[in-house]
Amino acid sequence: MNATAWLLAIAQALLYVALAPLLVGWVRKVKARLQNRRGPPLLQAYRDLYKLFGKETRVAHTASPLFRAAPYVVFIATWLAAMAIPLLAVDLPTAAIADIIVVVGLLALARFFLALAGMDVGTAFGGMGASREMLIAALAEPAMLMAVFTLAMTAHSTNLSSVVDAHLAAGLVLRPSYLFALGALLLVALAETGRIPVDNPATHLELTMVHEAMILEYSGRHLALMEWAAQIKLLLYGVLIVNVFLPWGIARELLPADLGLGFAAVVVKLLLLGAVLAVGETVLAKMRLFRVPAFLNLALLLALLGLLGHVILEVGA
Amino acid sequence: MHAGLILAALALGLALASSLVSLPAGRRPWLLRGVALPLFGLAGAAATAAGITALLGGDAATAVLPLGLPWLPWHLRLDALSGFFLTLIGVVTVAVGLYAPSYVRGFENGRDSLPALGGFSGLFLTGMLLVVLADDAFLFMVAWELMSLASYFLVAFHHDNAASRRAAFLYLLMAHIGGLCILLGFGVLASFGGGFDFEAMRAAPLSFGWASVAFVLAFTGFGMKAGLVPLHAWLPEAHPAAPSHISAMMSGVMLKVAVYGFIRVVFDLIGELHWQWGVAVIAIGSVSALLGVLYALMQNDLKRLLAYSSVENVGIVFLGLGLALLFQGSGHPLLATLAFVAALYHAINHALFKSLLFFGAGAILHGTHERDLDQMGGLLRVMPWTGVSFLVGCLSIAALPPFNGFASEWMTFQAALQAWHLESGVLRSLIPISAAMLALTGALGAACFVKVYGVAFLGQARSRHIRGAHRPPVGMRVGQGVLVLLCLAFGLLPTTVVGVIEAVPRQLFGQVLPQATAHGWMWLTPIAPQTASYAAPLIAFVLVLLLGLAFWLSRLGLLRRVRRCDPWDCGNAPPTPRMQYTSTAFAQPMRRVFGLLFRIEEGVETQKDGSLRYRLNVSDRAWEIFYVPIARAVELAAARIVRLQSGNVRIYLGWTLVTLLVLLWIIS
Repeated sequence: MNATAWLLAIAQALLYVALAPLLVGWVRKVKARLQNRRGPPLLQAYRDLYKLFGKETRVAHTASPLFRAAPYVVFIATWLAAMAIPLLAVDLPTAAIADIIVVVGLLALARFFLALAGMDVGTAFGGMGASREMLIAALAEPAMLMAVFTLAMTAHSTNLSSVVDAHLAAGLVLRPSYLFALGALLLVALAETGRIPVDNPATHLELTMVHEAMILEYSGRHLALMEWAAQIKLLLYGVLIVNVFLPWGIARELLPADLGLGFAAVVVKLLLLGAVLAVGETVLAKMRLFRVPAFLNLALLLALLGLLGHVILEVGA
Repeated sequence: MHAGLILAALALGLALASSLVSLPAGRRPWLLRGVALPLFGLAGAAATAAGITALLGGDAATAVLPLGLPWLPWHLRLDALSGFFLTLIGVVTVAVGLYAPSYVRGFENGRDSLPALGGFSGLFLTGMLLVVLADDAFLFMVAWELMSLASYFLVAFHHDNAASRRAAFLYLLMAHIGGLCILLGFGVLASFGGGFDFEAMRAAPLSFGWASVAFVLAFTGFGMKAGLVPLHAWLPEAHPAAPSHISAMMSGVMLKVAVYGFIRVVFDLIGELHWQWGVAVIAIGSVSALLGVLYALMQNDLKRLLAYSSVENVGIVFLGLGLALLFQGSGHPLLATLAFVAALYHAINHALFKSLLFFGAGAILHGTHERDLDQMGGLLRVMPWTGVSFLVGCLSIAALPPFNGFASEWMTFQAALQAWHLESGVLRSLIPISAAMLALTGALGAACFVKVYGVAFLGQARSRHIRGAHRPPVGMRVGQGVLVLLCLAFGLLPTTVVGVIEAVPRQLFGQVLPQATAHGWMWLTPIAPQTASYAAPLIAFVLVLLLGLAFWLSRLGLLRRVRRCDPWDCGNAPPTPRMQYTSTAFAQPMRRVFGLLFRIEEGVETQKDGSLRYRLNVSDRAWEIFYVPIARAVELAAARIVRLQSGNVRIYLGWTLVTLLVLLWIIS
């Protein structure tokens, strides 16, 4: 049993790596359709990664060894964070290694190295991207943790697996606090994964870049790892949102039928969420950097309302 | 006699000896480097051994020295609490003992007084050791003043610099106002307890009102020494002024001695805790943490930045202590223990990584004579050892897993998340808000240390003397290496550390965390495995394993070799070092978003030759809000009182007589 669980946990971790480009491809496809374009094929993201891995890797003369280590650290830390989030089944052993606060910490570790790598070559764009990324992260993190605390206080646990378990055990209960926390987490996810309206993953317009500015100097396999890590991060936030707020379908026993159902459920949920994201990116425009604090304050306010709603309405009721 | 006490006495003796040996160092400079500082390090080793003995041994040992007042000999006591802080002091002192001999070589040819440096360092250490060993208020105050005065002389070490003199005076003033508050707090306890030894004070029957008076006095006095907002203004002035290894001692250790004093007086001597105090401590702690990190982010002077970041970390420690007060006051001893252990854990973590960072700043200062971040850049290439150890310090202080700062902040979060146990709805919602402030603090701290590391160690050198920096000597590197290993150990083995720290709450609350260490050294589960778990060794293992795999693949030649080229930079001309983001530029978005909290003077001036000059000055709001009004009030009061000063002796005698009569009337 224990060995099966570990094997399954490793399979789930590999699934995160394998599925991440697909979600990005899906979002791009839907977005293109909404804009009356045909768009790149669904598997284009995989082809891009393959192409980048095959290309020669160039590193600036002025780069230090940290620049070359950073893509690996960023990729591994993001992947480790993803391992702790239940994708197919709850109560896998990897979920106990890290609770949600550790997940946030691991993402912060990845971001720390990403920002340092941006500053390493000594170009103005890299520093600009690092400075802006750290500002956005600093404003997003309290909102994220407040939203998560609302869940954690309902479930009396910060282990995501226990949170999902508690949510499933409670059945379909409409909790106002959850709605606010969901709103907050959606806004935070947009900011953290660098989507419109906070950052535009498709832009190379120099003065508006954030994430792209930091990885500007990367090429070849380094760039591939950085891109892949960003894709895993998007998938991670997607799974966090769909599996924590709408956990139905996730496998609670490690049986093949349950796992198959869990996989189908999470894919359907992610496809829907990806479509919502594409619609959002189509109707919204990217905002100026100094409008982002207001956007994230809204997230913080929603999270606060969720928390107060939980404390006032739901505790003891 | 108890083994721990003998070791502690040995530590005291060695510290005093180190002080005495340095006296002739003016003539023979090698005495300081060759004898006094090794003795200093040995004192640290003895203190560490004494502390660990006390932590593992369990029972308290006491001794009475035939010194002091006729009716009040000096009482010493070594229990788990003082053992923990002895260990903390000792570990950093050992590292300083290894680091400082190379560092002080730079002073040997200067005009600075070596006997003053060695002598006061030894006395400073003696004072700190005695504070944590004292078992009566009299010895405590003597040791406290010894610590304050010795450190005053160390702050004033570069006394030919006017800014150092000003910082030292401000420090002296604040230390004495704080000392006065502590003295009055002991006065309240002693008058109810009927004696100045701590045994009597513990038994003092206190009403809520008087206990609160004692609490407020202790919180103000110790909070001033610990650098809590708004009493922190002296700290960023004083800590950077001293030589770097003393800055490490002051930021890493002396602030923790203030934390010790607070714990001893409030948790041990007052004993009966009230949740209202917890609310006050949580509020002040969160505000200190947030403002400390925001001000740190705005600094361009590396040592000043590190000093402001100490305000932040002490704020986090007090946040944990406040949670412990609150939980204990509302009858949840298990949760109080969790918050208390988190606070102690963060205290020792901060001692380790802040000393490490100050050592790094000292190595840069030693190699380049530069403290201004905007002049640095690319130091990782010229000082690789310092660069790597500074990176470990930055990762630890930025609270990133699996380093040590994260482990203690994680436990603080876990304690805050247990707020649902409380009955009061207001408290239940206030505590998560303070946890969110802690999250903001952590994220801003990460931004701050990205800035420090990115500007100082990465990129290209912004000035010529940085490019020509010379590497630190072996001793300094060993001192840094010891702290790097300790930072890693404390981050990777949180369960073991918590198991040792538990001796302190066992003594104070009679409570441990039964679940925390029950699942083996790999799993840290503070309340229960279902509630939260964190496996730092596993995370580190996977990280290192996969990184090693990538490295191995590139070594085997399976990956294509990288080719060096000019930076791409969107196709612009190759950038010059002047085009890089500076420390000021990095902080600009934060300065704009949090602008209301700073006093910003910004403008463009036209020079005489017609060129333009951009001027920016960001200063601490605490000055105008808190200090300037008090200074004005004091001056105003002085102007009133001066009217009494007529110069006529008969009128003075009249006043004396009236005062005496009033006092007699009050007493009778």
